Amino acid sequence: MLQLFRKERMWEKRPLKDRYDVVIIGAGVHGLSTAYYLGKLGVTNVAVLDKGYIGGGGSARTTAIIRANYLTSQGVLFFRESLKLYEGLAKELDFNIMFSQLGRLDLGHTDSSIFGLRQRAEINQLLGVDSRMVGPKEIKELVPAIDLREGKTLPIIGALHHPPGGVVRHDAVVWGYGRGAARQGAEIHPFTEVTAITQENGRVTGVETPDGRIEADTVLSATAGWSSTIAKMLDLELPIVTHPLQAFVTEPLKPFMRTSISSANLHVYVYQTDRGEVVVGGGVDPYPTYSQRSTLQTLESLAGHALEMFPFLGRAKVLRQWAGLCDMTPDYAPVMGRVDGLDGFLITAGWGTWGFKAAPVAGRSIAELIATGKTPDLIEPFGLDRFRKGKLVNERAAAPAAAIH
Amino acid sequence: MAFLLTCPNCGDRSVYEFRFGGELTQRPKPDSSSNDWTSYFYDRRNAAGTQKEWWYHKFGCRKWIVAARNTITNEVSETAWPDLG
Repeated sequence: MLQLFRKERMWEKRPLKDRYDVVIIGAGVHGLSTAYYLGKLGVTNVAVLDKGYIGGGGSARTTAIIRANYLTSQGVLFFRESLKLYEGLAKELDFNIMFSQLGRLDLGHTDSSIFGLRQRAEINQLLGVDSRMVGPKEIKELVPAIDLREGKTLPIIGALHHPPGGVVRHDAVVWGYGRGAARQGAEIHPFTEVTAITQENGRVTGVETPDGRIEADTVLSATAGWSSTIAKMLDLELPIVTHPLQAFVTEPLKPFMRTSISSANLHVYVYQTDRGEVVVGGGVDPYPTYSQRSTLQTLESLAGHALEMFPFLGRAKVLRQWAGLCDMTPDYAPVMGRVDGLDGFLITAGWGTWGFKAAPVAGRSIAELIATGKTPDLIEPFGLDRFRKGKLVNERAAAPAAAIH
Repeated sequence: MAFLLTCPNCGDRSVYEFRFGGELTQRPKPDSSSNDWTSYFYDRRNAAGTQKEWWYHKFGCRKWIVAARNTITNEVSETAWPDLG
């Protein structure tokens, strides 16, 4: 009962020490999940630093969709594991993350998009992910409100149905991981900006903050959209460009759809939250920026495309619109692991528009790498050196793949 | 955040008339190492601050221009025709 009245603090504020085994830059869902899984592996002398408040960057701006119906075997295996961890996460963290397994429909409007969806269905099934093609009749049964009229420029001719996909309360995941990490001994230091990374003879030795210098055996950058600004401290350039992704949410309406819907052709995805609000998001904006202000043009295009599927939404009022930063890689896959020539420094970046849904498995894998020194098989394909080796992943089933290249 | 770009040919126009063409980079010499070419293809400064970048006036004069833009505030301090040497 005590829990009910929040008598217990989520985590304690502690003084910043001058040495840790591991310093994690970025107290978002990735940084905190890494700290949590590090604790489970017995690495507890850990500090998570953030220039702002916890979970205030990409984690606060995600549209919180979970799915594993990707296209590449590397991507499907990775996100399948993440989905599995999400399914057990509320129990694991003893924290209600409000996972609604709505199911997910990826719509196809053209022959070529149906071909792409069929390919994903086959690969998903082969790798044990529940996905299959459905026709207009089943789409109508799943989402009776959808406009399936023929004769439109982009009629809906089929879809990839992925029942285990869903939506999670994003802040709850951040808080749950934060509390879990702190209980195991990790420290969380918001409003502690890393201003420099110190190195000696090709080895990273710690970080500098306005509150003093901190030594560390391992420094991990988990700063998503701001990864290039951390890399710059080490004279490093990453295969990353920061684009904003915009989304908006309407006032709450009576429940009219359960399944979440996405369309690559229309560059839009739509779902109705448990509170009845309709969330509409899309691909990333066509030019890079670190500005998190939204634009009328994107609101218009997102709304226009959502109305193609649900014309009656034309009368719904928009509650708010926002933008979050996405660290886009050329092959729509993350960049995780060591950096050649820089001992003691690791990166988890390139989280583009797929970072939230990857947070549990990404944190667990990076924690394993830090604790054991061995790169887990699941993240082996996502190393930074893949660009030098010419082994790009090309995850074309990522949300903005159709939009910017 | 939306902003205007001054096309040297057409004047102040909405950014949505343009296609972003990437940050200005130096193409390596043909016999450069594979490492230099990989950097040219993939690695980006992705500056949080002012950077020079390519823009294509897609819904206008269909010319490529070079702009200096602050990527945090989206203020464009300079636009010019590219220096094609």
